[in-house]
Amino acid sequence: MYAYILRRVLIAIPTLVGVSLVIFFFMRILPGDVVDAMVTDETGAMVFTEQQRESINESLGLNRPLYVQYGGWMKDVFTGDMGYSFWTKISVGEHIRRRAPMTIEITVLSLIISWVIGLPVGILAAVNRNSIGDYFSRGIVIFFLAVPSFYAALGFLIFFVLVFTWRPPVDVIFFWQNPIQSLYVALPAAVAIGTGMAAVIARMARSSILEVIREDYVRTARSKGLANNVVITKHVLKNALIPVVTISGLQFGNLLSGSIAVEMALSIPGLGALLAQGLADRDWMIIQNLVLIFAFAFIVINLIVDIIYSTIDPRIRYD
Amino acid sequence: MTTKPVKEKKSKLLEVRNLRTVFRKDDEDIIAVNNLSFDLNPGEIVGLVGESGCGKSVTALSLMGLVPDPPGKIMGGEVLLEGKNLINLSENNMQKVRGKEISMIFQEPMTSLNPVLTIGEQITEILELHGGLSSKEAIKEAISLLKLVGLPDPELRINEHPHKLSGGQRQRVMIAIALSCNPKILIADEPTTALDVTIQTQILELIQKLTKDIGTSVILITHNLGILARYASKIHVMYAGNLIESGSTDEIFYNPKHPYTLGLLNSVPRLDFDPKMELSTILGEVPDLTLKPGCSFAPRCQLATKKCISTVPPLTESKKGHMVACWESSKVTRKLR
Repeated sequence: MYAYILRRVLIAIPTLVGVSLVIFFFMRILPGDVVDAMVTDETGAMVFTEQQRESINESLGLNRPLYVQYGGWMKDVFTGDMGYSFWTKISVGEHIRRRAPMTIEITVLSLIISWVIGLPVGILAAVNRNSIGDYFSRGIVIFFLAVPSFYAALGFLIFFVLVFTWRPPVDVIFFWQNPIQSLYVALPAAVAIGTGMAAVIARMARSSILEVIREDYVRTARSKGLANNVVITKHVLKNALIPVVTISGLQFGNLLSGSIAVEMALSIPGLGALLAQGLADRDWMIIQNLVLIFAFAFIVINLIVDIIYSTIDPRIRYD
Repeated sequence: MTTKPVKEKKSKLLEVRNLRTVFRKDDEDIIAVNNLSFDLNPGEIVGLVGESGCGKSVTALSLMGLVPDPPGKIMGGEVLLEGKNLINLSENNMQKVRGKEISMIFQEPMTSLNPVLTIGEQITEILELHGGLSSKEAIKEAISLLKLVGLPDPELRINEHPHKLSGGQRQRVMIAIALSCNPKILIADEPTTALDVTIQTQILELIQKLTKDIGTSVILITHNLGILARYASKIHVMYAGNLIESGSTDEIFYNPKHPYTLGLLNSVPRLDFDPKMELSTILGEVPDLTLKPGCSFAPRCQLATKKCISTVPPLTESKKGHMVACWESSKVTRKLR
């Protein structure tokens, strides 16, 4: 098992190098750079002279050869400060340390929400197949699958504000500072992302359970005289969970992209909003590092998913 | 209803009366089991034989109350276990019968055990459920059960998952599970069909020995007449959901009265046959199970008359204890070579 994890980590290294190269060169190939973003006014007209451009480029180190720039970035990544934002002169590492807790909080919450809502709905729909409840839940599930998370976020926001006269705090409160206040900020975003993910989990759980329920060993379990709820929770569920765990891991990618839109929609200062801001400002340092971090997180999550497989299904061994 | 003599009622462990199990498919009723009646005495091994799709397994599932509903449904009849009708039992009460009074071994040992639970978990859960054992006692009991069914190193195997066992070993585990609560009846649905011939005998000997020890009656479902000749005292032959002939094993083998039974017996290959001679077969195909007038075997029967096609032959006693449903049974005789 440990050998397997080590092997996966070693495979992750070239993946991350590849990601870093792709994002590094894409940013430089795409038209428009940070100087354009700085020196143009709102109408797009240049306000700086060519000479001023040069000096900005030089001060940001953008006139160095590409391999020097890439090497410098890699060095910065390993020192932990990850280089400096072109605009704020604060290290990217510092930016991320300030903003990551909120995004992680939202991510974890939406993951919890997706399982807490999605799994029971999927189980009940499967067990009471073709009942009114099944049709109803399937309708709701399709609805939440179809609605984009940022749209749902705005809907929830308006609903909470109008019905409960709820006002979200504007400033960031970390979970460890004041959990309740922090949840006020994070929960609407988490609900918005989590319900969409719950819909996927409910669908996957339902179809997976319906498949497992026909297996011979489930009939064996019934032939022992076990009650239906024991058959479902002990014999069916564990077997049905693998595809659900898979899809939950893959959804992590959606979570990252969803956090961009939802954090923008609810003006939550998290990593998603930071990435969106970075893109608007052509702040290559921010973009490069965030993409790298998101890729890293994706790899870690999928490694965890693979490890979870082997604890669910003893036939899966990584030796 | 006429009252039966008390003595007869006592000796019967299981009475199946006019059991009728129907599957509904595209607004068409498929009658998987049609008016099936038979008895089972304590300690007896009874064979249920017929080709694939004749309703053997559905009969077993009907007795267990495990017919998948929908699409299947028991539409009539009685299954009396010591006088208690199982058809009318609520699901809750039926759960107390399953595994405790009637248990079942399935055809496919490779898929009949849960792949994600250990052997131990799958045995102890039934011991804790019906035997009321604590988890510690149940583990101890499970180890002794595994020893009983001849699984090597039961102390180690108990913590292993089914994928580490061979087909024969898994069937041994299934036997241990099925007999763990000393049931009154064991239904063995083709317990050896998926196994090696050498393992087949071992498994059947094991079933025979263990059920004899605890006094369990066995309904042995198979399409292998050779197995029944050796283990069963009585044989019920099914065709297209109907019981067409039943009697003692000797009667069925030496004096079959239904052309289908005769056909089955003649198609058993024997070592003393001339190898150049073609093996006899029953012509035609497995019938469809929608309701039709006449004898269901008539389309394949060489003795069929007009009457056979128009009217269903009733099950009548041709000799004491030998029942047959055929208009032309007098013409059926087995020529023994």
